[in-house]
Amino acid sequence: MELTINGEVKVLVESKLTVVQLLSSENVKSPDMVSVQLNGEFVERAKFSETTIKSGDELDFLYFMGGGR
Amino acid sequence: MRDYTEEQLERYSRHILLNDVGVEGQERLLDGKVLIIGAGGLGSPAALYLAAAGVGTIGIVDGDRVDISNLQRQIAHFTKDVGVWKADSAAEKMRAINPDVNVIPYNKYLFASNIKEIIGKYDFVIDGTDNFAAKFLINDACILGNIPFSHGGILRFDGQTFTINPNESACLRCLFDKPPPPNLVPTCSEAGVLGAIAGMLGTIQAAEALKFLTGAGELLNNKLLTFNALDMQFRTITVNKNENCPICGHNPTITELVDAEQAVCDLK
Repeated sequence: MELTINGEVKVLVESKLTVVQLLSSENVKSPDMVSVQLNGEFVERAKFSETTIKSGDELDFLYFMGGGR
Repeated sequence: MRDYTEEQLERYSRHILLNDVGVEGQERLLDGKVLIIGAGGLGSPAALYLAAAGVGTIGIVDGDRVDISNLQRQIAHFTKDVGVWKADSAAEKMRAINPDVNVIPYNKYLFASNIKEIIGKYDFVIDGTDNFAAKFLINDACILGNIPFSHGGILRFDGQTFTINPNESACLRCLFDKPPPPNLVPTCSEAGVLGAIAGMLGTIQAAEALKFLTGAGELLNNKLLTFNALDMQFRTITVNKNENCPICGHNPTITELVDAEQAVCDLK
């Protein structure tokens, strides 16, 4: 399937993945720290394992940056 | 309208020339009150630019003293200032740039117990802090107190910022419901940060404050601006208000301020 992740188009061999599986297959570091927007809506963390991604979806992985000084 | 002196007209002439600012916009800047929390990497450039711009009242908060490791990026502090309160050190430079500005240094940290009283005196807040607990505290205090603010964060070669119009646009907790647990994230002192990144982000925050006060253009409401300086790619991600947000969603669970567990990103 074809996904847009953080603005870049990616082609994956899988045809269906959950958010948890996608975070893992994309080698996202510290998945507990990442917020996920799926087609412009935030996915509740508790629903990462039951939310499925399909071809054409747009995802953004948002990381919290705590620095400033 | 106030009577401008010749010197003021000269000083602010490049603002006055701008159609979107003009004499009226400069008037709003001179009447404006902005609080900068953190006189460090983000707060330093923001403080210098807001003072230069003639923002009439600028509060600057920091409970720390200048350390030599700060000087790589915290440009309001000079080598002679090592050991001086950061807020006092920044205030000295701001007054030197522009004697029109009433600078109010606060040589203290903000907590749930004192933040409300201080931010309540200002029109706009710039978050230039370096730890998760402070960033969430500022978010919550600004949402509950209905004060617009600019969020900023930097790490290594990355930066991100957006501007929050309380209850109207997405807030920090819409994106990240709670501070990350301690030890999960590398601290900045472990991870490092490229000095100029702080300037890039701090000046974007200052520009947002100036736009807010003058009414020029569109703020980064519901737009998370992120950049990575290694490839100099900037990206703006639309972020929507989260109806499950614990503070500005439909059923808020946070109704008063508490001090979060201190997970630290200490750049010392």
